[in-house]
Amino acid sequence: MSLVITLALRNLLQDRLRFIASLMGIVVSVVLVMVQMGLYFGFSGMISTIIDHTSTDLWIVSSGAKYFEDLSVLGTGMRNRILAIDGVSEVAPGIVGFSAWSLPGGVMTSVIVVGTDIAHGGLIPWNVVEGTAQSLTTPGTVVIDRSYSDQLGVSGVGAIGQIRGQPVTVGALTDGIRSFMTAPYVFADVDDARSYVGLPASFTSHFVIRLKPGADIERTRQNILSSISGIQALTPDQFRQQSRSFWLFRTGAGAALVAGALLGFIVGTVIVAQTLYSSTKDHLYEFATLRAMGASDSYIYQVIISQALFNALIGFAIAALIGLTIVHLTAKGALQVVISPSLIVELFGLTVVMCIVSAIAAIFRVVRVDPAIVLTR
Amino acid sequence: MTEPIIEAANVSKSFGSGPARVQALKDASLTLNGGELTVLMGPSGSGKTTFLSILGCMLAPTGGTVRVCGTSTSGARPAELAEIRRHHIGFVFQSYHLFSTLTVIENVLLALDLRGDRGPKALAKTKEILASVGLTSKMSSFPGQLSGGEQQRVAIARAVVADPSAILADEPTAALDSVNGHATMTILSAIAKERGRAVLVVTHDPRLFEFANRIVHIEDGSLMREEFTVPKVNLMRSSGVERTRKDALLEYDSQK
Repeated sequence: MSLVITLALRNLLQDRLRFIASLMGIVVSVVLVMVQMGLYFGFSGMISTIIDHTSTDLWIVSSGAKYFEDLSVLGTGMRNRILAIDGVSEVAPGIVGFSAWSLPGGVMTSVIVVGTDIAHGGLIPWNVVEGTAQSLTTPGTVVIDRSYSDQLGVSGVGAIGQIRGQPVTVGALTDGIRSFMTAPYVFADVDDARSYVGLPASFTSHFVIRLKPGADIERTRQNILSSISGIQALTPDQFRQQSRSFWLFRTGAGAALVAGALLGFIVGTVIVAQTLYSSTKDHLYEFATLRAMGASDSYIYQVIISQALFNALIGFAIAALIGLTIVHLTAKGALQVVISPSLIVELFGLTVVMCIVSAIAAIFRVVRVDPAIVLTR
Repeated sequence: MTEPIIEAANVSKSFGSGPARVQALKDASLTLNGGELTVLMGPSGSGKTTFLSILGCMLAPTGGTVRVCGTSTSGARPAELAEIRRHHIGFVFQSYHLFSTLTVIENVLLALDLRGDRGPKALAKTKEILASVGLTSKMSSFPGQLSGGEQQRVAIARAVVADPSAILADEPTAALDSVNGHATMTILSAIAKERGRAVLVVTHDPRLFEFANRIVHIEDGSLMREEFTVPKVNLMRSSGVERTRKDALLEYDSQK
């Protein structure tokens, strides 16, 4: 094994306080980037959670709707027109809209009512942990997520509540269906949902469309758009991107998270660069001695870059442990930090890049060092 | 044994420009031959270090030429000069310049590592060199745990382990007491004699003359005169270089 590694590691460990300061810089930076990106992905996931969990080939929403919960009103008569288009197999109506849930004592809280068409497979709740989604076929039954039980003042399946003055019974509980807004999702039969959100019987807010086997999605989508005006026909991916784009970038929320991550990267780079530079300066005569002995530039770069990589490896390992702890702690929270294996790999790559970029200043310093200085001291 | 290793012809060096221009070296010519220990003697500011830097390919001359093992350094790029240093020149510095975080054996191995020489052969060679300078028992020590004399012996071992053609020593005894200084010069002298290497010792200590084959005086950047002498220290009592150095050290130890 080359002495490059030994020299790099020993140089780092020689001043332990500086090494710890450097590691802390990397850890703070990586954790900051990790949490910001984790929040970004967690937020993204929550924004499109119903789109992601609805089995459909196309979504139909009104032309002005920017995201799933946005106001969209479509005539129910449109269903037959869509069904008549070549390639369409099934069209299920879906409702989404805000309403008021009455808590014991008369206090009201906002909820997002999601109208489910069990018969045609539209917007059906998933991850049911108590009761069944089929309970929604019973009029006046709702399904809520168990994490909202306290917020809605219900104890579990069979509990009674009120939406817009109408009594409802909790028929089932789900796990992990959380809204990114403060208002919880409440699933109800599509006909009940209309009355909860105040929508006349001849209207719906969405249609979910399944195509016949072998039907071309894009061609069918274009056929729908040319046949019916005032609507958007979106693939799940298009609707997902449109919803995320609105909430993440048009509201600035995502930009703030990305900016936070960028800030973390910059802070980390500056801290590591500063510590590497000061370590290099402390060992300047040793680097000059290496040059005097005839060390090639690449040999010297290897020493400095190895130091940077040791920083990256150790710092990232600590940061990853902290990050995974944060993931665990936020798993059941209102806003989850989602760190996927691919994000871990990408963050490790980012940490390595950060540390190597940090080494540039030190390398420039060493490149300029005159080997003859070893003769003057 | 008299093969020219480093040849400097009409070398000059100036620093700065205009009124601030300083002529550090004027028309200096010197040939360092294999098997000889040359002492470059001169007062502070005489240009000794500048000349050493040029001979050691660390500094480019303003005028004149330098050839190392037949290769001209004129117009050579820094990477080419580094390669000449790596393969042909070993340095011994006044302040040793050992790597404080590396052990004795690692410090010496480093000179081979730079050349890509690694593995058991490099390790065996390093141990042999350290044994020859009497440091077998200190191989795992760090420089900070050694005396000045021991550190200088490590530096010499590092300079010679890669078998360079020339050893350039800058004030190698200046930081040492007379006992350690004598031991250091004994080893350098043995390297010249037994290995046929060209050794240049820059100093202003006249006590080192007794080791020299040649004494070159430098003053105000000019080589003033050159004396050829016969070393007074007898190192030729045995054939093997390792034994010779050990004998020299033992001989010197007995005089302490």
